[in-house]
Amino acid sequence: MSSEAPSVVAPAPGALGSRSDVALAADGVQISFGDFVAVRDIDLTVRSGEFVCLLGPSGCGKSTLISAVAGFEATTAGTLQVNGHTVSGPGPDTGMVFQSSEALFDWLTIRQNIEYGPRMRGAGRAERRRISDRFLDLVGLGHAASKFPAQLSGGMRQRAQIARVLANEPQLILMDEPFGALDAQTRQVMQRELDRIWRDSGATVVFVTHDIDEAIILGDRIHVMTAGPAARIKSSYDVDLPRPRDESDPQAIALHRRLRADIGEEVHKALRGQGLITEEDR
Amino acid sequence: MSALQERPVARTGAGDPPVRPGRQRRAPSGAAIAGSASRAGVFLLSVLTGLVVWELVARHFGPSLVASPRETWDGAVQLVRDGMIWEAIGASTYRIMVGWALGLAVGAPLGLLMGRVRLIRMFFEPYIEFFRFIPPIAFVTLAVIWFGLGDTSKIVLIFYTSVFIVTINTMSGAIATDENKLRAASSLGANRLQVLTSVVLPSTVPYIVTGARLAMGNSFLTIVAAEMVGAEHGLGALIWTSRNFGRIDWTFVAIILLGVLGFTIDRLLRLVTRPLARYKVKF
Repeated sequence: MSSEAPSVVAPAPGALGSRSDVALAADGVQISFGDFVAVRDIDLTVRSGEFVCLLGPSGCGKSTLISAVAGFEATTAGTLQVNGHTVSGPGPDTGMVFQSSEALFDWLTIRQNIEYGPRMRGAGRAERRRISDRFLDLVGLGHAASKFPAQLSGGMRQRAQIARVLANEPQLILMDEPFGALDAQTRQVMQRELDRIWRDSGATVVFVTHDIDEAIILGDRIHVMTAGPAARIKSSYDVDLPRPRDESDPQAIALHRRLRADIGEEVHKALRGQGLITEEDR
Repeated sequence: MSALQERPVARTGAGDPPVRPGRQRRAPSGAAIAGSASRAGVFLLSVLTGLVVWELVARHFGPSLVASPRETWDGAVQLVRDGMIWEAIGASTYRIMVGWALGLAVGAPLGLLMGRVRLIRMFFEPYIEFFRFIPPIAFVTLAVIWFGLGDTSKIVLIFYTSVFIVTINTMSGAIATDENKLRAASSLGANRLQVLTSVVLPSTVPYIVTGARLAMGNSFLTIVAAEMVGAEHGLGALIWTSRNFGRIDWTFVAIILLGVLGFTIDRLLRLVTRPLARYKVKF
């Protein structure tokens, strides 16, 4: 990991905490599909309680990487451990918030969606009710408990997804551009909300995004990825700003500049010929 | 701190654009009532026109070829009086319902498993692909030889008719299960069986219902053919008997009854599947 940081952001130490303290440990991870190498040489350590952002241009393999962490894809080299156990498939230790709200179960109410994980592990009715009440309240969906996903807006559906994952109390929560399909205003509200929810719940989060501001608002640490194929981590930053954060804070602006410079080249590589540069208009 | 963070609306979710459930939109307006009245009017006109055309056709060709509405009515009254009609309806309905229910009971689970378990799909696919092109009517004579003139041969044929349609529909639904949902379920701790029953099955319900309704339609085709070839009772047998007695009016009665019965059963099916609306069943 290379890092050059302005004074406000210290380079990531890269040091491992005690073993039980490490929620995610990736060591030399490579993921290939046939001859196609999606990501390579990924070294990543996430400590319990941390909020880590993977920032990179679209198609850089960051989603592939967290799919592997979730156990949906197999690694082709290196080791991948969640809470000290090698990842061998999807399971309740690792929760995932998907970009698509299709991931919610349409035939279940919001409450039933949130109770799904506890129900699968055999929790009784009273316990499930207690859990769903708590997390409905945490994400601000108490009034929508008996509604179906199709009756909610995009932002509310993503709240429901977050609550459903939190209710299962995974040791690691993965978020794959969860606000990518939302309009700009709702996305801003949801970023603030997630920041609050994360601080209230003490969860460990790996958050994938291509939005620099989103990464600055949410991340304790930001890893910038190179454009694919064969993407790797280009640089890493610790973000030591008080929460809730303000992207107009001078320090945040300085960090934004650094990140933009860092990934600018990668973004151009990825978006070349598409004319879709959205992060460059400031 | 920006003003955004302090807004309490974000906390309650009220900051998100409101979405109204579709159900609340329906209030009986004057236009809606007028609409349903005119729909009933058009229906009545449609039926009357049909009867008039039927009457004209009957007059043109004469009673030896076409029974008129009046003759058909008289024939129906006669069949009702001697009880034959109830016997026929009862026999056909019973055979259809039992065979169809068995087809559904076997086809739906089989289709689910074929959709989600590769090995099971590979094993059954050749049979499905082979037999789905052999119409049940081809088996009518064999069924009578193997299972006799009674209910069993008809039930077996209806089962054969239903099971492939239900299986293929269910399988395509199970294959189409949204990948996000499957992944969400397994990362929430569901095991393979739980994923099958709590995700694949609910998302496949609309396909199963469609398969069941198609199978019901085809069952009517099969039952008439089966009962004409070898049965003592049933609507198909009634058509055959009428021909032997030269009672063209009875044939008309049986044909109309088939239509009415099919329509009634389909409406009943819709009614029964109404509580499945949350699974996005289309009516």
